[in-house]
Amino acid sequence: MAKAGAKSGGSGNKGLKRKAATEEPQEAAVAEDGTTESRVQPSKAAAFPPGFSVSEIKNKQRRHLMFTRWKQQQRKEKLAAKKKLKKEREALGDKAPPKPIPKTIDNQRVYDETTVDPNDEEVAYDEATDEFASYFNRQTSPKILITTSDRPHGRTVRLCEQLSTVIPNSHVYYRRGLALKKIIPQCISRDFTDLIVINEDRKIPNGLILSHLPNGPTAHFKMSSVRLRKEIKRRGKDPTEHIPEIILNNFTTRLGHSVGRMFASLFPHNPQFIGRQVATFHNQRDYIFFRFHRYIFKSEKKVGIQELGPRFTLKLRSLQKGTFDSKYGEYEWVHKPREMDTSRRKFHL
Amino acid sequence: MAAAAARWNHVWVGTDTGILKGVNLQRKQAANFTPSGQPRREEAVSALCWGAGGETQILVGCADGTVKNFSTEEGRFQGQRHCSGGEGIFRGLAQVDGTLITCVDSGILRVWHDNDKEASSDPLLELRVGPGVCRMRQDPARPHMVATGGKENALKVWDLQGSEEPVFRAKNVRNDWLDLRVPIWDQDIQFLPESQKLVTCTGYHQVRVYDPASPQRRPVLEATYGEYPLTAMTLTPGGNSVIVGNTHGQLAEIDLRQGRLLVCLKGLAGSVRGLQCHPSKPLLASCGLDRVLRVHRIRNPRGLDHKVYLKSQLNCLLLSGRDNWEDEPHEPQEPNKVPSEDTETDELWASLEAAAKRKLPDLEQSQGALQTRQRKKKRPGSTSS
Repeated sequence: MAKAGAKSGGSGNKGLKRKAATEEPQEAAVAEDGTTESRVQPSKAAAFPPGFSVSEIKNKQRRHLMFTRWKQQQRKEKLAAKKKLKKEREALGDKAPPKPIPKTIDNQRVYDETTVDPNDEEVAYDEATDEFASYFNRQTSPKILITTSDRPHGRTVRLCEQLSTVIPNSHVYYRRGLALKKIIPQCISRDFTDLIVINEDRKIPNGLILSHLPNGPTAHFKMSSVRLRKEIKRRGKDPTEHIPEIILNNFTTRLGHSVGRMFASLFPHNPQFIGRQVATFHNQRDYIFFRFHRYIFKSEKKVGIQELGPRFTLKLRSLQKGTFDSKYGEYEWVHKPREMDTSRRKFHL
Repeated sequence: MAAAAARWNHVWVGTDTGILKGVNLQRKQAANFTPSGQPRREEAVSALCWGAGGETQILVGCADGTVKNFSTEEGRFQGQRHCSGGEGIFRGLAQVDGTLITCVDSGILRVWHDNDKEASSDPLLELRVGPGVCRMRQDPARPHMVATGGKENALKVWDLQGSEEPVFRAKNVRNDWLDLRVPIWDQDIQFLPESQKLVTCTGYHQVRVYDPASPQRRPVLEATYGEYPLTAMTLTPGGNSVIVGNTHGQLAEIDLRQGRLLVCLKGLAGSVRGLQCHPSKPLLASCGLDRVLRVHRIRNPRGLDHKVYLKSQLNCLLLSGRDNWEDEPHEPQEPNKVPSEDTETDELWASLEAAAKRKLPDLEQSQGALQTRQRKKKRPGSTSS
């Protein structure tokens, strides 16, 4: 009974409200020479002359009611405006103005002055003679050592194994609590060109240190969203021994170029297209997404991809000039959150 | 045009690819100068210093052991001399009384007779300073005194006119609280003006002040900053504080009277390789491995004034100490005319202007100020190189 009462009271309220609302706009319309449509503006007209807003109603139920009504009104108006615009576009046909492009953070990106111009000779010379020159001149072929932080747990171990199937000519070694500074000279003497250390925290891998060996830069990444092979849905069969193709997307700035070249130097220079495998490093908003796919050629023109190996996301924390020496090494670039992350539209890679 | 304008560059930066870059902050332009027309990594610049005759010549120490002479008046390299001996790159270059002082990494300090011919003569004086030198600095007040220091190479002050032994040899601090020897790694040295004191900054993030006049050979003051090796240091105008930079790109001003941190400056992202303060204006130029030259204002108000992206890794810099930061008025009116045939007239004008300027600084300055303001409206300020 009370409920019914309340309901009737509520609907009565609504009815009352409606009446009041419809009464008011008529008055308002009369007052304003009836330029407003009485249909469209009941709540607006109600807000108009008294200067009251929905948020000033103290009763929560009534306030919620007024708000939902206002929202429905807005939605209707928006739909009507869209239809009108569409009609106008169709009416104009070819002469219609181009559709406005929505603003996204990527296309509002602050122009970075370090963006590499492909015709720039100085940067070209710098890149032609940097630490990766011997790889890009086909003088050395990569040999990678993959290891982890001390005492890795299952996920990290499995990630290392899967990475070693993805990266050709790579070897996984157990890190027996050895210091990296002692491992590095031994690697150099055994002709390794790169060292990957996967750091682990609380049983999940969360960091990656990539060090180019003879005396090359060391990059330290934060690793997140690691998915091992069995966690990937609709994946293909395990990768084969073919050398994959590499795709490096969107590494535009000078720093991005250096990091991109580091990734490129992990893989041998001669991709075997017969294996149809491709490793992608896609940079977007300073996050680097790693994916490993296989092409499936369904017909002459239709191609599909199936995801194979592990996937993870990297974010660069620092790029250090020599081999791993976090205390005394010189840094080319260090990520400083309070200085560099102030703008949502500025990216560094 | 570039040749004539080279003298007005405010900052000269040496890079890893062998290019000497002259940056004009007023016009926001950077120009590349190479001895052979092409950048070469073998000629990576490791030391820069002003040559004889004010700021008209720059001595550029390259990685292949040559010291090249660059004239800012003409905007080109004029000569070079091969300063052989010792392994390693130049850690210090200085110029005194027509002689050239060089010091290399392996600790061989040589004084060369400054003849402009290409033939390398034998050094006038050779000193062995000890291996692992990180810096050799000349005292601006007494040009025949130099100080050297390095990794496991304690600070030593040498008198080049005196004996073969150092005038002052610093002693290491006492063993620390674990009774372990404190390692030595002097990365940069500066002489404090109006006294015999020296300041050093170390790779173990310490800033130390030594006083050769006192009987104490140990540092008189020690301050620490941060957790990373300090790589560069400069004195502020005023002489009471130093600004140091470390391998993480953090810049800090440290007061030498109390040994405490005053301010930090932000902006750098890579290791600081070169720092220099203007002798009278509160400006600090810094360059580093992040390939950007920055000029900060160190007081009222503190902040970044200019930021110039120079595409190679920067090793060392020289900040012009002149007071007139603006260009000479007559020069910039030439650009629309045919530039190539006017180089001689430019030089003639430029030399005339220089003479006139010295006599009547106020007149020329005010004229120059007015005209630069007008000029600025025409040209958009954009960095180009």
